[in-house]
Amino acid sequence: MTGARDTGAGWRERISYQALLLGGFSLLAAALLTVGDLVTRDPIAARRAEDLQASLSQVLPPAIHDNDLLAAPLTLTDEAGRPRTVYRALRGLQVTGIAFRTSGLGYAGPIDILVGIDAEGRVLGARVLAHAETPGLGDKIEIARDDWILAFDGRSLGDPPLERWAVAKDEGDFDQFTGATITPRAVVDAIKGALLFFAAHRDTLTAAAVITEPAPEAPLPR
Amino acid sequence: MSNAATPAYGQIARDGLWDNNVVLAQALALCPLLAVTGTATNGLGMGLATTAVLAASGLLIALLRGLLTSAVRIPIFVLVIATLVTLVDLAMNAWLHDLHKVLGLFIPLIVTNCAILGRAESFAARQPALPAAFDGLMMGLGFTLVLVGLGAVREIIGSGTLFAGAPLLLGEAMAFLEVTLIPDYGGFLLAILPPGGFLVLGFLLAGKRLLDRRLAERQTRRPTVGAPRPSP
Ligand SMILES: Cc1cc2nc3c(=O)[nH]c(=O)nc-3n(C[C@H](O)[C@H](O)[C@H](O)COP(=O)(O)O)c2cc1C
Repeated sequence: MTGARDTGAGWRERISYQALLLGGFSLLAAALLTVGDLVTRDPIAARRAEDLQASLSQVLPPAIHDNDLLAAPLTLTDEAGRPRTVYRALRGLQVTGIAFRTSGLGYAGPIDILVGIDAEGRVLGARVLAHAETPGLGDKIEIARDDWILAFDGRSLGDPPLERWAVAKDEGDFDQFTGATITPRAVVDAIKGALLFFAAHRDTLTAAAVITEPAPEAPLPR
Repeated sequence: MSNAATPAYGQIARDGLWDNNVVLAQALALCPLLAVTGTATNGLGMGLATTAVLAASGLLIALLRGLLTSAVRIPIFVLVIATLVTLVDLAMNAWLHDLHKVLGLFIPLIVTNCAILGRAESFAARQPALPAAFDGLMMGLGFTLVLVGLGAVREIIGSGTLFAGAPLLLGEAMAFLEVTLIPDYGGFLLAILPPGGFLVLGFLLAGKRLLDRRLAERQTRRPTVGAPRPSP
């Protein structure tokens, strides 16, 4: 060890250098993260809107509407008092279908589902947006893995009758999966709930749209 | 930080892929490993994302190593790695959104991967930038190999398929990877659940030991041919 190196090591071992170093790095990290957040916030919001648009177009077929689905959604309050954003498919000012998010309690937490319903109360389509069910067991509810979810297309509260809106194991009309009843049961219940919500608010939901000012872009639900 | 002699690139590759493999030799990173290896595809996604972070953090930490002191190095490694992962997550979400939808799930898990901190501490903080980045790459690829292997075994036993969902990760061009090996297979849930992961991992670890022992035996035998055996 030379003397020069000893003094070199001396200032590095000082507590003030260590504190400044750690503080400096924390500041730098915070600054980088802030910049990162600012730069990516708008693109991420745009991607999310595209995702929502893509999901909406799966449950509200393009053939039934000529409006921008994301424009001027309705906000209603559901039975639990939470706001529920409803996207409307319009032809002219006539409501041809609506879509909204709903959720059921699955095996491993909430299952988020987007449901599209036509003006007569028939399911146009349903898609699972997010879930945490067991892979290989409960994840057949995703359209990418199985077409089970298509069994709801065209169904309504009268078809099957209300008491048969359940999985086969509960004397209902919908199949469960081998070894997994909880997940499909939650999805069936959620879609049934969505149809009941539609029935309860039918008049508001299907009233001809009143286009006022093009509403200032509503914030997208996350 | 003390600088140790830099190993040759060949040695770094050997260490990362096999001799000092993150999982098989160091038994690190078991939490993300067991969490995602229900299918080979998920293993591959996690492996690639981790490899990118390992290589980038190795490079950064090797560049910063002149500034660091032993007392505060660990919190700084953690800061660097967490910032890096968060920025990668944000950037992928904004500009590689389709890939993010598939890998997004794994990215926060990367922070829980102690192998990254391990490599920062034991390699990147003592070596020049390029070897450190290369070490990260090789350690990452070694990790990816185990992830894919474990995922494949668990997927075959658990659901009778291989690389299910590969097109989601790799694009439609790779759809041919997705095969159903055992049609009409009811599935064997245990293999997909974490306990099954531990079991299969145990066999993998044992397999590596066995193979290494075989190799070592062959190597010690060869140079002693004709020469008197050293007494034990
Ligand atoms: C670890 C573990 C994970 C499971 N994951 C699910 C799941 O995601 N979805 C599900 O419906 N059932 C899952 N099951 C099975 C349920 O516990 C239940 O046995 C199954 O849904 C059948 O319900 P039933 O007895 O009412 O028919 C899981 C079971 C275990 C042990």
